[in-house]
Amino acid sequence: MGSLKLQNVKKSFGKVDVLKGIDLEVTDGEFVVFVGPSGCGKSTLLRIIAGLEDLTGGDVRIDGEKVDHVPPAQRGIAMVFQTYALYPHLTVKNNMGLGLKQAGTPAAEIEKRIAASSAMLSLEPYLERRPAELSGGQRQRVAIGRALVREPKLFLFDEPLSNLDAALRVNTRLEIAQLHRRLKATMIYVTHDQVEAMTLADKIVVLNNGQIEQVGGPMELYNSPANEFVASFIGSPRMNFIDGARLGETAKTVGVRPEHLTVDKKKGTWKGTVIHAEHLGADTNLYIDTEKAGLLTVRIFGVYNAEPGATVYATPEPGKTYRFGSDGKVMA
Amino acid sequence: MSQARSSLPRTIGAHAILIAYTVIALFPVLVIVINAFKSRNAIFRQPLMPPTPETFDLVGFRTVLTQGDFLLYFQNSLIVTVVSLFLVLLFGAMAAFALSEYRFKGNSLMGLYLALGIMIPIRLGTVAILQLMVASGLVNTLTALVLVYTAQGLPLAVFILSEFMKQVSDDLKNAGRIDGLSEYTIFFRLVLPLVRPAMATVAVFTMIPIWNDLWFPLILAPSEATKTVTLGAQIFIGQYVTNWNAVLAALSLAIVPVLILYLIFSRQLIRGITAGAVK
Repeated sequence: MGSLKLQNVKKSFGKVDVLKGIDLEVTDGEFVVFVGPSGCGKSTLLRIIAGLEDLTGGDVRIDGEKVDHVPPAQRGIAMVFQTYALYPHLTVKNNMGLGLKQAGTPAAEIEKRIAASSAMLSLEPYLERRPAELSGGQRQRVAIGRALVREPKLFLFDEPLSNLDAALRVNTRLEIAQLHRRLKATMIYVTHDQVEAMTLADKIVVLNNGQIEQVGGPMELYNSPANEFVASFIGSPRMNFIDGARLGETAKTVGVRPEHLTVDKKKGTWKGTVIHAEHLGADTNLYIDTEKAGLLTVRIFGVYNAEPGATVYATPEPGKTYRFGSDGKVMA
Repeated sequence: MSQARSSLPRTIGAHAILIAYTVIALFPVLVIVINAFKSRNAIFRQPLMPPTPETFDLVGFRTVLTQGDFLLYFQNSLIVTVVSLFLVLLFGAMAAFALSEYRFKGNSLMGLYLALGIMIPIRLGTVAILQLMVASGLVNTLTALVLVYTAQGLPLAVFILSEFMKQVSDDLKNAGRIDGLSEYTIFFRLVLPLVRPAMATVAVFTMIPIWNDLWFPLILAPSEATKTVTLGAQIFIGQYVTNWNAVLAALSLAIVPVLILYLIFSRQLIRGITAGAVK
């Protein structure tokens, strides 16, 4: 079991308000990702859930129980850190077992759980090694193993993949996704990488400036962003934003995703010149300076040959444009 | 070092400067040690000559070991130094941990207050310290010296250690908290081992002035039972006649314990000094 409820959670450091009233409900077994730019308060929120930071206002409930004054070790949580944070003086086995030992779990039970989770993460050959003798990926697996053996109500991940190289990041992402499927545990995951958010989450929480911008499934956020910020944050390359007045629209801003623009050399809605083309193999990113809509990014699937300086026309797919009002919110 | 970055003239130049410095620094020590093993006449006639079979004489050491109770003086010096060192490191590290780890009102003001002692020499307060010790009945006790030296060593210890403790990963401390370790366990088991090079640096800088101090033993604890080595050696220096054999022998002996303590800390010390440069 592991549900979480945040009610009007506030946090200030001196005069700076880092979190301005967060309301959120996480049900048992959900994989929730907090995503946002640096400084948006996502890590602070995770620390508050863990009990590593005190909150200034509101309350946190785990399984319906108010935990505002419960120390981290007794909240039934486990956390995986960006820098692994393994104890340098302990072996892998003792790193994993320390939390249980502190809680007074019988030795036989500790052994059993370590055996089970090290099998799950293929860590058996390393149990007697110290963290210094492991590679980055192995260290992060140990850190995940340390969380596993505690059998927590909530798993908390604080940017666990940021210190790994690109190839390892994809592998570990896959492992975390499989782990979630197998354990059906509640997981809360913080990242600034929208790809990680899209690939892992059941539910994404987009944070900006200490406030929740939108909560929803990955496709929901992609297909119907509530506002300009979410629209620009989810999706890569980023959505194009065009000044509504230039298009003769009532909306303040009009948004089109790069993948929802088509390009033609003869005719189309917006005429422009190619500034730069990025060839990625599977797709091509074109940067087009249009007369009417300004600079646009266009994502074309497959190979598309266009020299800088060439004249092309970009046309948005019908029904795939977003209209935002002067408050940044999406217009009906 | 790679070929591109080293050239023979430059290597020779660097070594020449370093060797010259070493010679200058070690020369007085060497003169003390070689003369400690010579007869009185030889000391004055040829002070720079090493002892020869004719001039070799252990009279200084004999005097030191028979006159006065030098074993006791050594014991006093060692007790005062080791206990003060232990207290400085313990309290300095604890204060540094609190300053670097916890957010509380007046944190930076407190840090500044604790560092103030670096700039103000403790000897300015000698009269007040003496009055304090008289009032509390601590004159002529080793406790008085330990207290004064602990106060003297703390500012620099807090200053250096709090800088190092800020570098210890927050994640590691938080991982400990989630695993249910107490703040004391986090401090002693996780943080202290990671700042060990800094501790060694502080230990050396704290230890040497304490061992060499003459001022406070002379004022606070001049009794026979509480004399330290540096104070004990003063009995051989008279207004008209100075027993140089004994003074030099006493000083030579006084180098030994501090040298041993230094060797214990030095491996850590080198790591501490180079830590910033390599990272």
